[in-house]
Amino acid sequence: MPSPDAVAHVRARSPFVDDLPEPEGTLHGAVLPSPVAHGRILRLDTAPALAMPGVAAVLTAADVPGENQIGGIVQDEALLAQGEVHHVGQPVALVVAATPRQARAARDLIALEIEELEAVFDPRRAAERGKLIAPARTIACGDVDEAWARCATIVEGRADSGAQEHLYLETQACLAVPEARGRLHLFPATQSPSGVQRITARVLGLQMHDIEVEVQRLGGAFGGKEDQATPWAVMAALAAHRLARPVKIVLGRGEDMRMTGKRHPYSTDFRLGLDGEGRFLAFEATYYQSSGAAADLSTAILQRTLFHATNAYFVPNVRVTGFCCRTNLPPFTAFRGFGGPQAMFVMESAIAAAAERLGRPARELQELNLLRENDPLPYGMRVRRANARRSFAEAVERFGLGRRLREIEEHNAASPLLKRGLALMPVCFGISFTNASLNQAGALVHIYTDGSVSLSTAAVEMGQGVATKIRRIAAGALGISERRIRVESTSTSRVANMSPTAASTATDLNGMAALLACRMLASRLRTSAAELLDVRAEDLELRGERVLLSGEVTDLGWNELVAATWKRRVDLTAHAFYSTPNLHFDPEEGRGRPFAYHVFGTAMVEATVDLLRGTATVDAVHVVHDAGRSLDPLVDRGQAEGGIVQGLGWMTMEDLVHAEDGRLLSDSLATYKIPDLHFTPTALEVVFLEDAANPAAVLQTKAIGEPPFMYGIGAFFAIRNAICAARPLAVDRFVAPLTNERILGMLDGKREEQGARSEE
Amino acid sequence: MSEGGIRLILNGEAVTASMAPGGVVLDFLRRERGLRGTKEGCREGDCGACTVLLGERAGSGMRYRAVASCLLPVAELAGRHLVSIEGLDGERLSAIQRAIVEEGATQCGFCTPGLVVALTGFLLTSPGLGEEDAMEAIDGNICRCTGYASIRRAVRRLVDGLELEPGALETRHEALAAAGLLPPLFAGIAARLDALEHAPASADAGGIPVAGGTDLFVVEAARLRKERLRLLSRERRGEPVSEEGNLIVLDAASTMEELRQSPLLEACFPSWRRFLGLHSSTLIRNRATPAGNIAHASPIGDMSVVLLALDARLQIGRDGERARTVALDRFFLGYKETDLAPGELITRILVPRPAPASRFNFEKVSRRQHLDIASVNTAFSCTVEDGAIGTARLSAGGVAPIPLYLAESSAWLSGRPVSVATALGAAERAAAEITPISDVRGSADYKRRLLRRLVLAHFVTCFPGLPQEEIAHAIA
Repeated sequence: MPSPDAVAHVRARSPFVDDLPEPEGTLHGAVLPSPVAHGRILRLDTAPALAMPGVAAVLTAADVPGENQIGGIVQDEALLAQGEVHHVGQPVALVVAATPRQARAARDLIALEIEELEAVFDPRRAAERGKLIAPARTIACGDVDEAWARCATIVEGRADSGAQEHLYLETQACLAVPEARGRLHLFPATQSPSGVQRITARVLGLQMHDIEVEVQRLGGAFGGKEDQATPWAVMAALAAHRLARPVKIVLGRGEDMRMTGKRHPYSTDFRLGLDGEGRFLAFEATYYQSSGAAADLSTAILQRTLFHATNAYFVPNVRVTGFCCRTNLPPFTAFRGFGGPQAMFVMESAIAAAAERLGRPARELQELNLLRENDPLPYGMRVRRANARRSFAEAVERFGLGRRLREIEEHNAASPLLKRGLALMPVCFGISFTNASLNQAGALVHIYTDGSVSLSTAAVEMGQGVATKIRRIAAGALGISERRIRVESTSTSRVANMSPTAASTATDLNGMAALLACRMLASRLRTSAAELLDVRAEDLELRGERVLLSGEVTDLGWNELVAATWKRRVDLTAHAFYSTPNLHFDPEEGRGRPFAYHVFGTAMVEATVDLLRGTATVDAVHVVHDAGRSLDPLVDRGQAEGGIVQGLGWMTMEDLVHAEDGRLLSDSLATYKIPDLHFTPTALEVVFLEDAANPAAVLQTKAIGEPPFMYGIGAFFAIRNAICAARPLAVDRFVAPLTNERILGMLDGKREEQGARSEE
Repeated sequence: MSEGGIRLILNGEAVTASMAPGGVVLDFLRRERGLRGTKEGCREGDCGACTVLLGERAGSGMRYRAVASCLLPVAELAGRHLVSIEGLDGERLSAIQRAIVEEGATQCGFCTPGLVVALTGFLLTSPGLGEEDAMEAIDGNICRCTGYASIRRAVRRLVDGLELEPGALETRHEALAAAGLLPPLFAGIAARLDALEHAPASADAGGIPVAGGTDLFVVEAARLRKERLRLLSRERRGEPVSEEGNLIVLDAASTMEELRQSPLLEACFPSWRRFLGLHSSTLIRNRATPAGNIAHASPIGDMSVVLLALDARLQIGRDGERARTVALDRFFLGYKETDLAPGELITRILVPRPAPASRFNFEKVSRRQHLDIASVNTAFSCTVEDGAIGTARLSAGGVAPIPLYLAESSAWLSGRPVSVATALGAAERAAAEITPISDVRGSADYKRRLLRRLVLAHFVTCFPGLPQEEIAHAIA
């Protein structure tokens, strides 16, 4: 059956927050952002705005009835600035007016005087000054210091990767509707309904049961609506609560780009040691994460960086340390991969450095060092069903690596001005929230007396197809058609204490909870059927909307069974709960088993560099990916392809440019470019690994959201290899994204271009 | 403009717009009409989520264009057929909708309505009905979820299933409606438009002149909302491209897409279609005009740079007065400052027909190859006589406060042999003739080095016989 979501989308019958019918009297909010990166508020005069037509209120920190605090992990972020501002775009005041236009016009009249203080934008400089969000974190194994002496080759250098704007097409938005008896009903575009509920209660001084948060769907999120959706929702709630009127806030594109956080930029020092054959003996790295002005999810993201320091390779001696550096930029946040891509970029840079130093292809070093079954990762967890070598070998064979390399060599010999390059990109990505507590989910399933089913979980549908997958899981467990099942909106009143829809875990966790709930119901229905048919329940199964007895169809159908079970006064509602078993991690020790399992795969990426114009094109991406036993190949393929292209964008054209004073210059789609259909290679092929059942997740599947993103990193090295075919490059500087400006700099032998960051 | 509001047919219904004529159609649909299938993604024509179809009477039938409703003034709706996603959504899924569903080419769904409308635009307006034609038609639709692979598969499924001859464009909508590819409301729409009573679709002579508005409404939408507009699209007189003696004449208010499709220009200037494809997306080219591109005087305007190299002249007129002619290379006076007096309009653009053995090339490097503003763009044209360059014209954008005619480099080139040494010499001279600044599109140093490279690219492209190894050696 086609996904009901897809059908609604093509008919434009999938309302997003800004499309919801507005209750009569709805007011509209506009947010006044700080114009400076760091400063002390000297004067905030809202009177001129209040005098404007249509304006109902101007709210500042003084109007917060509860705590003016929205920080999740670390409580270091005010909803509305109080005393100081810490980044350009930080919300200072909220204007509420009859129309969005009136609200914005009035906002621009607020008098705000700020005494500027020194701002820091470079994470290394922040670290030097001790501006850290949390103490440094380290993961280590073996004895790195001892190992260097045994290395035949040691390479060291610096690898920098840039920020990335999520560019979900639906901007941040929330509609807040006051209801009877002091209740607030919020409709935010968030990945974290319970997070919004919890923080709203804190800020408004209410109890969580006073607030219902409901999400039908998101117009894209990619991590950008995990924590970053919260302030706008809480502001709408604050205004609705104060004014007892419905209030809507929808950020314009420029507002969204300037005020919200993005993928963390990292600057990293690395050192990799190899033995005479090219086996990795030791790896050391120090990551300077630019965390922005508040913690947001930065510490968790840094933790995942450390977990993925060695990507898909076995390294016996490792020591990696990371700093969350407080910089005067909007708080950087979750984005597909959650610190993993930044780590893998460093590891692959180190491998490229070693390969170029040794005059050997990087793929030889990659292949030699890929993880084997039971190999330990630096945090002590051993990889099981390690498909690193299998996927690499299959990619090499299936996509004809040898033939492609010959073609490239011949092409490069014959073409003076166009050079081609190829890179392989293995990926090993751990699945589970790195904060073990979050690995839990609940599901609530009702069967109505007409046989239709209502299913609620904590999963937010944002295009990743989680609703489609969970519907399929439930239909299978109940033995009925998917048409009977409605996957409901995500509501804090139906499922409490939800983890955010994040970390690729939505289907793993919520699918399993739904499966358990449906199994409970199926069991009750079988018991009921056994009594009706006077047989043993163990001999019955539900399939094809019928009751089967020892595999034979009986006269008892789904509708009759449901009706009869209700008559027998049996509960047709089930709630189930799932928590991922055997997860533990000690952050102090840096050891444990933080992941349920790992996802593996290998990409083969080809690129062409135009030496004359200093431009590059990604020609092809071929991937062998371990998707477990895919529940829905259409959905999984779409997730893989979409992730890959976002990864290509991160490595090539997506470049956030700030002015020296911290203002974002690339604050529109005209100046911040994401892949379009011309950029995306026509040759984009994803093949799922056969026989890759995964007992560690629901119905032998594997999580798919994040891992493919990292195949995009191969584009950086494919382009680099193409440049190397024309001229050698320094092996101690790796800077992404490879914009055209940087490519021409590399071609012109400008060392500073290779290292230059826009903010330096 | 009619005082009683603007009359149009919206999907199947004749309606009156009460919004200010200077407002944009996106707001008309979403706020005034409550039609919220058309999405706001960026409000600057860069994402395609708000794509609508604008239909007007043409010959015996209709002509439709897919446009970005966020940049389309409501005034343009007078006497037109406006089609939003709601008008394309029938009882059953259309072939376009089915193809998207079956190939999983929608994920979050936010860009999907715009995609459905743009693909409908493809069916209605594309001369060819192949896969690449369809992909071209949706090149302005940004999707952050799918990576476009499933969209391409959906397009393939759609075009493979078409049992339709392209046929005449003016009656294409009738054929598509008859074939069930469009909803019935398209049948007989031309007659309904003829019967629609609306104020004469003449321009408001006292209003602010708007050509395509694709830049104006990005920058000044708030101001324009309250203004009266003079729609130059309503003052079209002749063909988009015609010939007068040795001159090619471009109607200044023709759309970039019309110019791109011109067989005459493609015949005169190799790769013309590709060059104009680099200008912007289909959605923007369907509205943007060469006069707008020039009058806006952006230092990076692609069309200005192209026309500078082609030695274009502008005919500039004032209502009721005789037009004067200005060479384009004298038209730009300073940053966003031109030789256009208040009340004057560019009416026609005159381009000399190229001599038989002449060359032309356009180069543009931007962050993203398509749908982006250049870091540097440059155009080159020359005649060739006995292995030597005759007259040459070199221009560049993004390197000075104005779109720059590189007079010294051009003069230096005249009479030089076609050689690598000449190419290198021109590149050096061009780089010395410019004054780029550092901005979001690149550092000044980058732009200088880039122009040098692009001048070499002109030579490599125009003179394929030049030894590429020597060029490669020279830049290594």
